[in-house]
Amino acid sequence: MTVREKGSTEGTMSFYAFIGAWEQGLVYGLMVLGVYLTFRVLDFPDLTVDGSLPLGAAVSGAMIVHGMDPFVSLGAAVLAGAAAGAVTALLATKLRIMSLLASIITMTALYSINIRIMGRPNLTLLNKPTIFDALNFFGLPQYVLVPCIFLVIVVVCKVLLDLFLHTQVGLALLATGDNPQMIRSQGVNTDTMIILGVALSNALVALAGGLVAQSQGFADVGMGIGTIVAGLASVILGESLVGKHSVVRHTLAVLAGSVVYRLAIAVALSYQVGFLRLTPSDLNLITAVLVVICLTVPLVREKIRFKRA
Amino acid sequence: MNEQKGWNVLEISNLTKIFNRGSINEVTAIRSLSCFVNKGDFVTVIGSNGAGKSTLLNLVAGTYLPDEGSIRLGGHDVTFWPEHKRAAYIGRVFQNPLSGTCASMSIEENFAMASRRGLGVSLKWGVTRRDREFFKEKLRLLGLGLEHRLRDKVGLLSGGQRQSLTLLMATLRRPRLLLLDEHTAALDPRTAQQVLQLTEEIIREMELTAVMVTHNMRHALELGNRLIMMHHGRIILDVAGEKKKALSVQDLLHEFSKLRGGDEIADDKMLLI
Repeated sequence: MTVREKGSTEGTMSFYAFIGAWEQGLVYGLMVLGVYLTFRVLDFPDLTVDGSLPLGAAVSGAMIVHGMDPFVSLGAAVLAGAAAGAVTALLATKLRIMSLLASIITMTALYSINIRIMGRPNLTLLNKPTIFDALNFFGLPQYVLVPCIFLVIVVVCKVLLDLFLHTQVGLALLATGDNPQMIRSQGVNTDTMIILGVALSNALVALAGGLVAQSQGFADVGMGIGTIVAGLASVILGESLVGKHSVVRHTLAVLAGSVVYRLAIAVALSYQVGFLRLTPSDLNLITAVLVVICLTVPLVREKIRFKRA
Repeated sequence: MNEQKGWNVLEISNLTKIFNRGSINEVTAIRSLSCFVNKGDFVTVIGSNGAGKSTLLNLVAGTYLPDEGSIRLGGHDVTFWPEHKRAAYIGRVFQNPLSGTCASMSIEENFAMASRRGLGVSLKWGVTRRDREFFKEKLRLLGLGLEHRLRDKVGLLSGGQRQSLTLLMATLRRPRLLLLDEHTAALDPRTAQQVLQLTEEIIREMELTAVMVTHNMRHALELGNRLIMMHHGRIILDVAGEKKKALSVQDLLHEFSKLRGGDEIADDKMLLI
């Protein structure tokens, strides 16, 4: 049986945990939009994100430490992420390396690159200017301000992505993932579309990384581990909760999935099961199991239906 | 461009395609084949399995690159052009009704992509109001009621409907060459007949140049002004005009038995009469 201990003392803690989960759900929502672009739109399984998230954090963090503008640093993070994605896509399209392997290669290379960028495995941004200082017009407390800014950024990115996917290029991108033979016979270079899509995806992921670094006050080379699995879990969770009938609905779904995923994690961390208390380091295991369950539910459902028939 | 009457739309010379070169599975699919297609020709291509019909179409479309020889299309040497570049001149319908459309996208989105074949894509809006009117007008010709279902996903449609859509899409912008690769083979006989009729109408009304591969000798005889028979990667029969009109299924069967020995015909279940 589930036992909830120290229920009363956790009352105030869980409010912060709740707000914190929203904050994380929103900022990692940008990363989830990127994962949606590769896994769902392009049908290109891309693990580069485990490297491009810390890449964004490293670029943004290193630039701030060197006294540059925090907004400019986010722009640079976006460009760096796009470059990382483009490398993966070039390996996959021009050199014909299997997409999964190509992304693992880039991810591995990024580990070294991220340390080079920061000059060491991690950076602290304490007492350095961030975008949150610049945007705090009303003197709001951090725990209110940060989620609000993330919400605005995420909504803007979602709307821009929705609009983009309804342009001619966007349609070609969707078609490249759906039926490459078809869109090639309509005169579109599918290699170009894959490069564009994977670059865009990793640009979003790196933006998430930069924002995380600025809000947490540090960048760490290991902060990307498990990003892709969390991203996939969010995508699948959102799809099953909200649906995916249209592009607008689908992007909303993956964002909702991101928030629900972080809330679920926060709840899981606040409970104690018998003598076992979950710690943040258990998250990757839990997420991995969650993804397996989500991915196999359709199969199991099919089997049950088959047996009944 | 200044295309004149009688100009060769397609010029194939000494084309050779070898699959799995250098391995024990080496197959010569096309053997130094030469042929040209005049503007306004509607060529039907028949031949048994492995004759190289589909390979030939795929070489023309750029899906495969040849080992030897050259391909000229509308005056350009396109031998080494990638598939997407040749698409500016070529409309295609595939054997698999699912190949020509995107299932997860709407009818209007599929049409929008086809309406820009070879023109390139930009950040302009994908489907405009004017597009929609044009698509509706085109879809009305099918008589399937699809003009009222512009926003429905193509995946909801039947194979026959999707093949009709693909055909419309391939000719939405006038192609210099229409390639039909056994496009009715996967459909039930009644639907196949409808799609074939639509094919004939479109080609006649738009005065298109077309190459249609088929397994069905009757279709090959009924349609088009020219018939090509292929065997082992070569053209073994090429008749046009009045001579083609006089041709019968018996004549074709005779050609086959003459070239291959009578016993092989019985084996070839793919020859439909």
